[in-house]
Amino acid sequence: MSDGNLAASAPDAPDERLIRTTAMTRLLRRPELGALAGLVLVTCFFLIVANPAMFTLAGIMNFMAPAAQLGILAIGAALLMVGGEFDLSVGSMVAFAGLAFGTVLVTWDMPLVVAIAATLAFAAGIGALNGQIVLRTGLPSFIVTLAFLFILRGLTLVGLKWATGGATQLRGVKEAAGDSLMLTFFSGDAFEGLFAWFAANGWIDTFKNGTPKVTGVPVEILWFVGIALFATWVLLRTKFGNWIFAAGGDANAARNSGVPVRRVKTILFMGTAVCAALVAILTVLDAGSTDARRGFQKEFEAIIAAVIGGCLLTGGYGSAIGAFFGAIIFGMVLIGLTYTSIDQDWYLVFLGGMLLLAVLFNNFIRKRATGER
Amino acid sequence: MTETQTTSETGTPLIEVRDIVKHFGSVIALGGVSMKVHSGEVLCLLGDNGAGKSTLIKTLSGVHAPTGGTFLVDGQPVSFSSPREALDAGIATVYQDLAMIPLMSITRNFFMGREPLKGVGPFKYMDMAHADRVTRDEMHRIGIDVRDPQQAVGTLSGGERQCVAIARAVYFGAKVLILDEPTSALGVAQTSMVLKYINQVRAKGLGVIFITHNVRHAYAVGNRFTVLNRGKTLGTHTKDEITIDELQNLMAGGKELQDLGAELGGTI
Repeated sequence: MSDGNLAASAPDAPDERLIRTTAMTRLLRRPELGALAGLVLVTCFFLIVANPAMFTLAGIMNFMAPAAQLGILAIGAALLMVGGEFDLSVGSMVAFAGLAFGTVLVTWDMPLVVAIAATLAFAAGIGALNGQIVLRTGLPSFIVTLAFLFILRGLTLVGLKWATGGATQLRGVKEAAGDSLMLTFFSGDAFEGLFAWFAANGWIDTFKNGTPKVTGVPVEILWFVGIALFATWVLLRTKFGNWIFAAGGDANAARNSGVPVRRVKTILFMGTAVCAALVAILTVLDAGSTDARRGFQKEFEAIIAAVIGGCLLTGGYGSAIGAFFGAIIFGMVLIGLTYTSIDQDWYLVFLGGMLLLAVLFNNFIRKRATGER
Repeated sequence: MTETQTTSETGTPLIEVRDIVKHFGSVIALGGVSMKVHSGEVLCLLGDNGAGKSTLIKTLSGVHAPTGGTFLVDGQPVSFSSPREALDAGIATVYQDLAMIPLMSITRNFFMGREPLKGVGPFKYMDMAHADRVTRDEMHRIGIDVRDPQQAVGTLSGGERQCVAIARAVYFGAKVLILDEPTSALGVAQTSMVLKYINQVRAKGLGVIFITHNVRHAYAVGNRFTVLNRGKTLGTHTKDEITIDELQNLMAGGKELQDLGAELGGTI
């Protein structure tokens, strides 16, 4: 920083100790720093090791799609964790919401828009139920949602057999959806015209017949980015965001200051469940069918992504944009390994290692940034 | 400290309780307590453990409804059903556990539950620039140089945190401040910082109820002293009526402490 800069900021802040708040300290105070550093690291690793095809437009879309599906869950989980609670049932919720969506759309033959609205509302209801049980009994959310992890998974199996007459897979979603306008928002690629125009100008790779190799941006990536931006805005810039930090930091102190802690936490539980339902809708429409294994173990990946993103397990600290980066790291490694000669099964080792590293890093950073003694 | 006499003994008290009674089942926590606070004075509420201090402040701050007796605010009888109602009537309580969240920034703590908003309709957002400015100014006013209002409250010392909590209550329009043992966990320098600030707040015309079991701290800022023992008031004394030793003995409830003090070779 030049002398001129310091002089300019002087009248604003006459305290000579202000210099100590360096850009470095400010940076270290951001919870998503670890995730960003991790992302840079992982990107560098694959730039060196992987086939260059990984970082072409098609390659990027390849790893961003699974990152987006996980990321939508992770952002919901991150907000809830900042609010001081856990939801281990999100993975099962994806399957259960998929069942609800398939049943309304295929078995009951309702229009797509009704099926989407019903699924989201239904998920919100289950989220609220989760929240109410946690808040009214005072039990740890870890236990309550662990119970729902099994309950919802089991109900999905039972429900699928009931809806299909014995199978654990429900097909015919694409046919039932028809050519509803809602498909534009929940399925396929966006900006196809733009990409065709890019191709026509020769700015992106095309097949021999002139159609672009990447026809557009998969809609789940747009949802992912949109939700990340919205969640970050809510968390950092709104009253509700302040309440989330307060409820997670110290529920009692928050209550004493007039924060409606119960309402905040219930809304967060509903939000996580709605995120799970959104992922269910996106993936079921994409695959054309739903099954009982959908979202299996996604709750752990979502929580890991949130922790990599800087969320403390004890609540009150974390970020949504961090979870966004965390999810991209996941997608990159999951898909990136196929571009290398490394055995795919290293993925799980990476998962655990990354979690451990992130928690250690977060603890260190938090102690430094908050001057905790 | 120069002020010896209360400034507005004559006016209507901000808060007055007469013969207030609070039972918890068969336990009589308060058996007829009377006290009042005027604007611009510090009333010290002294008492040993179990004297009923906590029950009394929880009654005043709307946490407990009294079983019997009269509770007047500005001369009008009131009955609060929640802490929020007491807060709206201008009675703010700074609890021992502070109601501060260490991981959150000073600004976020300062405005917790009362965030300043900007924008329209569903797009209302927190006016962070304004909040930061107010926090910095308010902290500056009480002599704490906040390097950066976005720094976490956990980085502040115990005394500074206590001052932030008090400043928050004052900023949001408290008329009566109830401070629950604000100095009990603090070192000497920190304590004098808080006591100095209590005196400043009093000079601004607020009524302060200062709960403590440390007679020295009480005597340093108090105008009047009410001593509680076993759920009853042992009497209220102005500063010029009572010495620090007499106050100590009154609070300890008798001669034994004096004897013990002599035995140990110093005042306890």
